[in-house]
Amino acid sequence: MTLILQVQNVSKRFGGLQALTDINFELPEGEILGLIGPNGAGKTTLFNVINGVYRPEAGRVIFRGQDITGLPPYEVARLGLARTHQIVRPLNELSVRENVTVGACFGRRNYGLAEAQRIADEVMGLVGLAPRAALMAGSLNVAQKKRLELARALAAQPYLLLLDEVLAGLNPTEIAEMIQTVRKIRGQGITLLMIEHVMHAVMNLSDRLIVLDFGQQIAEGAPAEVSQNPKVIEAYLGDPRLAEQLGMVDG
Amino acid sequence: MISSSLRQPGLWLSLLLVAVIGAIPPLTQSATLRENMFTLLMFVAFASSLNIMLGYTGYVSFGHIVFFELGGYVGFYLLSAQKWPLAAAAAGGGLAAAALALLLGLSILRLRGAYFALATIGINEAMRAFINNFKPFGGPTGMSLNFAVYKQYGGPTQALWITYYSVLALTALVVLVSYLVKSSKFGLGLVSIREDEDAAMVMGVRAPRAKTWAFVISAIVPGMIGALFFFKNGNIEPGDAFRLHMSIEMIVMVMLGGQGTLLGPVLGAATYQQLRTYLLTSPIFKNLQLTFAGLSLLVIILFIPAGVVGWLRARLPRLRRVLE
Repeated sequence: MTLILQVQNVSKRFGGLQALTDINFELPEGEILGLIGPNGAGKTTLFNVINGVYRPEAGRVIFRGQDITGLPPYEVARLGLARTHQIVRPLNELSVRENVTVGACFGRRNYGLAEAQRIADEVMGLVGLAPRAALMAGSLNVAQKKRLELARALAAQPYLLLLDEVLAGLNPTEIAEMIQTVRKIRGQGITLLMIEHVMHAVMNLSDRLIVLDFGQQIAEGAPAEVSQNPKVIEAYLGDPRLAEQLGMVDG
Repeated sequence: MISSSLRQPGLWLSLLLVAVIGAIPPLTQSATLRENMFTLLMFVAFASSLNIMLGYTGYVSFGHIVFFELGGYVGFYLLSAQKWPLAAAAAGGGLAAAALALLLGLSILRLRGAYFALATIGINEAMRAFINNFKPFGGPTGMSLNFAVYKQYGGPTQALWITYYSVLALTALVVLVSYLVKSSKFGLGLVSIREDEDAAMVMGVRAPRAKTWAFVISAIVPGMIGALFFFKNGNIEPGDAFRLHMSIEMIVMVMLGGQGTLLGPVLGAATYQQLRTYLLTSPIFKNLQLTFAGLSLLVIILFIPAGVVGWLRARLPRLRRVLE
């Protein structure tokens, strides 16, 4: 089993705020690893450290055997690590197709324009954006913009994909569709690290879970174990309904 | 890729416009029209160059005229002090402008939005102060060409025609380069920086490098034209060369025609320049030319932020292939 990502003793602070404290985990190729935790736990910060948006004060990020700590995000992307954003960031004045083409052009394979457009068409088909290819990205609704985020990341043909709350803000039908899409992505052999608040989805999709609370890694393991972990239940007690949902997975 | 892109009607429309404007002086053999069209074409080249930064990349280079000034000074120095031929001096001016853009790209292009715009104004003022005190360039009195220089180009009249055709060729070149940039992968990277630089970088766009190259490309031709302009002028001095208002007018031209489009800066510069000629020669408006520039910028930003070509593209989807 090859490790695709190793996060070793990573700490990140913003002034007086310790956003991440000594985070450690490993992600084997082909796995879906879920990253959960209450709001403000540092999940998105961890993504930002992994893909180079932030440089950690301590620790190392190793991607496919290469130390990528402190590399700028565009170099990380070119090595085959793509991500989506929790708050969608479409290139508004470009068409959907152009948005996805950017992903293919500058991603791992560094395709030329013509080949990138072909990949873009393929990926738009996969995520169900093909009928909207010619629209301006700014005119899409939230669910479509989430799909666009996903499509751009996929077009890069990454080894590892970081998904930051792709289900948030979607209605139940859209969630069900997106879960199918995530399964398809895994079927293509792409390893996934996903932040998710929609518990039933992350519990069902993930092979393993990591739980963050106040920048600390408080639990790690299979979804069933983690949901029984007293520390995790305590972390979620501020939101009893979520704690209940965690419990429900077993039952 | 390039052969198929040369079949685009949008490119040919813009080049045709430049050619039609450019053909007026030789057809009429009028010296007045030649001088008018020289200025007009010069601004078309400036606006199209600036568009690569402003329109494609989304960075407002407020002091873009500095490349014209520096290119003018370096070119003039090479002509007068080093006796270089015009073509080589113009190339030298372009290279100097490109080198300045490269240095700036590596330093101030990490600034965003208003900070970058302010820094470019600062560069313009710093360059003025430098040249004012730089002895080899004549300091505050500037330099002038010996009239005999024009002999090797077949006399002053012939020399004026040579500069005119050179500017025409350079303008066409800028339009062609703008098109090639726009339809390339590099150009796609630039527009994604314009739309969301952070998102673009996460997708793998090497933004610092791409922005610097865009800046360099947009500086070369203004630098070359600077050398041609002051060769034609016969002398150069700081008061003449450093006209920050020309920077503002360049921005108005790009915005008026349509930032980020190929035809927009050509149309905008031609329209604005014609209007200005009218305003400058009309007894009522002759002192109000810059007022007009300011007001039109205000009106454009408020009512048609996409410019004329952008506005037409939005309303007439069928014409999009032509109105690049």
